[in-house]
Amino acid sequence: MSNSLHIVVCAGIVPDPLQTLEPLATPTGPGLKNEMVLPAVLDPWAASALYEAAALAAKNPGSKLWLVALGPKAKLQQVMMTVAQKVAFELVPVDGPIGGFPDAHATAAALSSAIESIAGLDHTKLLLFGGWESASRGAGVTLQLIGERLGIVDQFFGVDEISLREDGSFEVLERVEGGKHQVSKCAGTPAVLGWATGNLAEPRNNPQVGMANMRTIMPALQKAQTAKLDANSLSYVSVNLPRQQRETRVEKNMTPDEIAAELVDWLGKDF
Amino acid sequence: MSEPFDHIETDRQTMEVDIACAGFGPATGGFLTTLTEAWNRNPADPAFESRVTPGMPLQVVCYERADDLAAGVSGVVTRAQGIRASFPALDPAQIPMAAAVKQERIFYLLDPIGASKRSALLRFGDFLLGLGRGRWVKDDAFELPWAPAFLHKHGGLILSIGQFNQWVASQLMASGFVQIWPGMPAAAPIFSGVASAQHRGVTGLRLADQGVDKLGAPADGFMAGMDVHAQLTVVGDGPVGAIGQQLDRHFGLPHGHAHREWALGMKFVIELPEDTPLEAGTVWHTFGFPEPEIFGFLYVHPERLASVGIFVPSWLGNPQRTVYRYLQHYIQHPALWRYLKDGTLRSWGAKSLEESGKHGEPFLTGDGFARIGEGSGSTNMLTGSGVDEAWTTGVELGEAVLDLLRAGLPFSQENLAETYEKRRRASWVEQGALQAQNARNGFHKGFVRGLIGMGLAGLTSGRFSLGAQIPPAPRQIRSTQPGSQADLDLRKATVLALENGRPLHDALMSARGWPEIAYDGRLLVTHQDALLMGGKVQAMPGYADHVVFLDRRHCISCREKTCIAMCSGQAITLGPDSEPVFEREKCVHCGACLWNCPHSPDGERGNIEFHAGSGGLHSGEN
Repeated sequence: MSNSLHIVVCAGIVPDPLQTLEPLATPTGPGLKNEMVLPAVLDPWAASALYEAAALAAKNPGSKLWLVALGPKAKLQQVMMTVAQKVAFELVPVDGPIGGFPDAHATAAALSSAIESIAGLDHTKLLLFGGWESASRGAGVTLQLIGERLGIVDQFFGVDEISLREDGSFEVLERVEGGKHQVSKCAGTPAVLGWATGNLAEPRNNPQVGMANMRTIMPALQKAQTAKLDANSLSYVSVNLPRQQRETRVEKNMTPDEIAAELVDWLGKDF
Repeated sequence: MSEPFDHIETDRQTMEVDIACAGFGPATGGFLTTLTEAWNRNPADPAFESRVTPGMPLQVVCYERADDLAAGVSGVVTRAQGIRASFPALDPAQIPMAAAVKQERIFYLLDPIGASKRSALLRFGDFLLGLGRGRWVKDDAFELPWAPAFLHKHGGLILSIGQFNQWVASQLMASGFVQIWPGMPAAAPIFSGVASAQHRGVTGLRLADQGVDKLGAPADGFMAGMDVHAQLTVVGDGPVGAIGQQLDRHFGLPHGHAHREWALGMKFVIELPEDTPLEAGTVWHTFGFPEPEIFGFLYVHPERLASVGIFVPSWLGNPQRTVYRYLQHYIQHPALWRYLKDGTLRSWGAKSLEESGKHGEPFLTGDGFARIGEGSGSTNMLTGSGVDEAWTTGVELGEAVLDLLRAGLPFSQENLAETYEKRRRASWVEQGALQAQNARNGFHKGFVRGLIGMGLAGLTSGRFSLGAQIPPAPRQIRSTQPGSQADLDLRKATVLALENGRPLHDALMSARGWPEIAYDGRLLVTHQDALLMGGKVQAMPGYADHVVFLDRRHCISCREKTCIAMCSGQAITLGPDSEPVFEREKCVHCGACLWNCPHSPDGERGNIEFHAGSGGLHSGEN
């Protein structure tokens, strides 16, 4: 029995977490200083989803993979120069604002609309993938909302593994408390899977994959629809970056156990 | 292990393209922009039909080792003559961190600390200048009453090369005509035929193997680097690029040419205080401090950002030369500190500059390949300018390629010489290079002679200059004699480094009498903290070490340890057995180790090779 799948991965772009990020208030709401200048990457959780999706598609002949991404076209293009070398996919870009602060409902509406416009997409074969939350911003509910808009009721979050059976049903491991997984069995597609890290390493850069992807990515970017998300539909009382603290100290006389104990103490502090 | 990439016998994937470029910097940007502009004007031009994929447009690809095209490392001031010619309607506001040059000043900096090494003649000169404190000397700096014409950048631009590259690449990629792939280092040229100085041939690029161990042997997830066969291979991978280096080794250099003069540029990007009086477009050039031979700069970008840095040249003969600590002392010079002291360090970066200019020019063309940019000897060391020159060499090659495509002629050595090389010889880049070729000769005989020689060459447009025999880079590093002061300084510093965990370069400066840095956690931070500010080092797993020590016996017996002291990212550190230890994950790819080894296996090169590697410093504000 063929298990050809139609996998749609929703992935946002975020400032490269290696950069120094500085929040500020902009006329359109909270933002980051020089955000358009900072290198961007695919949201790491969503990147895991993309790699898992590609592996799943490869194991199930006849499957198709789309990557749906919302962001400024120029930044999407920049990110695709790297991502396109990893795995084969078709890009469905939505030209939109930078930043992760628009209303999740509005974002979900724009993305679900983009998904519905994909020619040849078979909803009965649909697996909607994404990150289970954003590594930088976002309310962590966008993927759920897209699923609801598409009428998909089977939703799984914090996913680390999916095992597809020949009859089209599948088993999903979702993260739960205590480092354990909850095992769920689902009768089949369609379903929403919000991925945690999965189990796959980041694929190697492959120039041939990149060349093949770019034949469709650049035309898609040129034709990208614009999504005007209302910047004033939400107002934020306050916005903070995750607190970072760096203390550099050279210790020559402490034992590894003492260093470990101090680190554990430090981690347990309430900053 | 001198050729680690050649020993893997495996079937490699291959790909055919029309044009393959190694490295994406200003030169390749100029080349691809020229092609793309022509394509945009007339995509139906049959000249743009692919030779390798009939019916398709020309297949043009570019491979860049950095993980992002905005990860370039340089803040520059340039006359932008060639750049403006490519973009006649250029508005600096389109490019993040770009500003039109408004004001240029040149300062000679006195040494307010007394720790720099100055000749008796220079000390006497400083004494005389010092008599004018409060009059012609302010903040221990003497401003030259006029800036020589050869140094002027009137009408030019202050740029962040990272942002400029990104801006150029965005436009190129948006056209859909060319493909630029970051995070994909090109490891080696694919040579054709039997090489000689007269007949040179390249048929493409071999990309770096992935899924290998430190030494390059296959490991988990091994993927042999692809062979990309191209009608034309464009080599623009800079002064320490793997492709350019291997071409030089394989074909040799033209008679009398050599890569012997280098400098390491290191700079901070500093957010100036809110009340700064420094306007965007301000350019300062300095010399005299922290050592007389070290030139410095301050360029002010929009939004209160400034690039502040120094160049440490290969002709600073002290084997214990270093950069990061010098830069910290430089920014604290009273003339700069007045403006910087309440600023915040936003990011940091370093890069080797090939300063041989015309003397380092390689063979520019061969069957199926052409060299452009800094690695092709285009940098003008009289005007202190390289970006615009590099860009222009790329434009010249682009125009030549268009001529050949339209004429239906192959990219042979003869045809490329007749079109590209001929254009280059007739251009302002060549004229400038000829004027500059001996401008810095005097510095090999001392700082004062260097200034005289530079002034002489500059003011006579290169007609007169001082003669010099420039020694190979390893021989420019003075040997450390047992019992000498340098030896004692090094021993003291080594003890500090090994026992207290301090970086060797930092300990060396303290041992030589430089005051300790009073860290403020904002602008004055440890080297390790600087490495984590504004961007970090990226090193994709699965690549081999790109810094290779050829003969470990030299390293064990080495007294100088210059490679460690000069390493910009502390990627080379002092191992417990006194050998240098390389950590790829910390390397910013500045390439300083390539020319900072005093031991030479062949009398010309050092004992360290710098191969293709992925990653480097990832900082958007450089």
